[in-house]
Amino acid sequence: MTVKLADYRIDDTTEMRAAYCETLMDLAAEDSRIVELDADLRGAAGMNAFAEKFPDRAFNVGVQEANMMGVAAGLSATGYIPFANTFAPFATRRACDQIFMSCAYAKQNVKVVGLDPGVTAALNGGTHMPFEDIAIMRAFPEVTVVEPADSMATRDVIKLAKENDGVWYIRLGRKTFPAVYQESPKIEYGKVITVREGTDVTLIASGIMVAEALKAADELEKENISARVLDSLFIKPLDEEAISKAIDETGALVTCENHNVINGLGSAVADFLATEKYAPLEKVGVQDEFGEVGPVDYLKERFDLTADVIVQKAKKAIARKNS
Amino acid sequence: MDEKLKTDLQRFATQIRIETIKEIGTLGVGHIGGSLSIVEALAVLYGEVMHIDPENPKMEERDWLICSKGHAGPAVYAALALKGYFPMEMLETLNQPGTNLPSHCDMNRTPGVDMTTGSLGQGASSAVGIAIGNRLKGLDNYTYLIVGDGESQEGQVWEVALYAGQKKLNNLIAFMDYNDMQIDGNVSDINTLGDAGKKFEEFGWYSQTIDGHDVEAIYEAIQNAKAQSDKPSMIVLNTIKGKGASFCEGLVSSHSMNVTEDQVKEAVEALEAELE
Repeated sequence: MTVKLADYRIDDTTEMRAAYCETLMDLAAEDSRIVELDADLRGAAGMNAFAEKFPDRAFNVGVQEANMMGVAAGLSATGYIPFANTFAPFATRRACDQIFMSCAYAKQNVKVVGLDPGVTAALNGGTHMPFEDIAIMRAFPEVTVVEPADSMATRDVIKLAKENDGVWYIRLGRKTFPAVYQESPKIEYGKVITVREGTDVTLIASGIMVAEALKAADELEKENISARVLDSLFIKPLDEEAISKAIDETGALVTCENHNVINGLGSAVADFLATEKYAPLEKVGVQDEFGEVGPVDYLKERFDLTADVIVQKAKKAIARKNS
Repeated sequence: MDEKLKTDLQRFATQIRIETIKEIGTLGVGHIGGSLSIVEALAVLYGEVMHIDPENPKMEERDWLICSKGHAGPAVYAALALKGYFPMEMLETLNQPGTNLPSHCDMNRTPGVDMTTGSLGQGASSAVGIAIGNRLKGLDNYTYLIVGDGESQEGQVWEVALYAGQKKLNNLIAFMDYNDMQIDGNVSDINTLGDAGKKFEEFGWYSQTIDGHDVEAIYEAIQNAKAQSDKPSMIVLNTIKGKGASFCEGLVSSHSMNVTEDQVKEAVEALEAELE
């Protein structure tokens, strides 16, 4: 294993939005095509520093998510590379059609940053808690759907998004969550990061669930169960090669996502299993419920998004493999 | 405006109208009403005002046109073909399998189409982004936008009204095709826009309301709009849906309707007689 892991039991030292802003500022300093858009959540998105340094290239449209996506599409049509930020539910639910037609269907180069994924919407509660954003975005042709696990991965994702033409939906936590990487994981487009090798079962996770999967792998090891952990930050395109290899080498899969189990990462993996190659699959994720208000730790317990649940599901998947 | 230019633009409008009717007549069905109501605006824009190069449709310093009421694509295509962006024969492929002239404007398929539109309200935001992008590049070109009156019931149009006013986008010149008709009836009966020009003024725009079938009035309104130093412009065009085709002029049902060969023949002959 070449990737150096951080202590995933403690929080990152850098907020994900800070890593995003710093990276975008670095990119903008070298490339005048980078522009940034907000819909009255510039502070929340951590983008004040960008706007101060590049005032002509930062656009706060006010509380107008639909207009923001359309303006971003127009800026792209004139050759700019817009990064448009808002909370994930407002991006994907409220401005859904604008992302679809003006951005994706029109083949524009717009990067949509959906903030506060899943339970990380925390004290904003159920109205603001997106368990369906991946489902919506992954049904749009040609759209890349990506969810980094921590601040290090965020830096890589933003750089790669800038290099890669097309619409990206970047599902991004704002604050600090357990760190996974000690240094850049050097992500490649459409590829998983193998964060832990293993032979009995493979835990396929994205976002904040990567750290939970690593904790689960530690618990499983105490029972002599060897769990591979894949950071499947790309939900679309899915790294089918890595999943195929995981099936061959471990024979049992568990997906771990901070999202509804319907039409998210687990469903993407299930699609592959159903049509290409079979292995027992268990899905850890929100079981088709609405979100609710509370601190992140409470919500992770409430919606079964914990290492303990991953351990149980891993054992179940292994039992199915052996039966 | 000198008489020759006026006559030329009127003739160009009639040619666009003829080609639009023939184009929709090929398949025998299409969005004819809202295409015919914007013909004079297209004639003035493509015939005189816009800085464009049909040989180089993506020329950076060109003026842009975003037809946000994307269903008026057939009229835009007729104007583009007459200007030489693509062969006239291509007009016969409208909405046929594999065509590059789909029902609603598609920038990735049709040379000269500057933005993909169709889901109403969205082209207005794109036009704002384009106007901002061009200004950011230091270009002194103009972005022209056509919205429908029914389309302007969309909230997104009013998001644009606010934001373009806020940004003082004097390089954005919009037209509203105010034919007072939408699919289900009259705009004024269903959800009226009232004095649309006044509403835009309140949002920080310079507005003018004119006869949308008078090429001279359209031309002059554009010159007035260009004289604005710190406001986007809205030119409300009082128009007649289906204008210039006897079988559909003034009919609510002309939004998308069947057109027979005889109807096309009769309408085209009448318009050709005007040209002579």
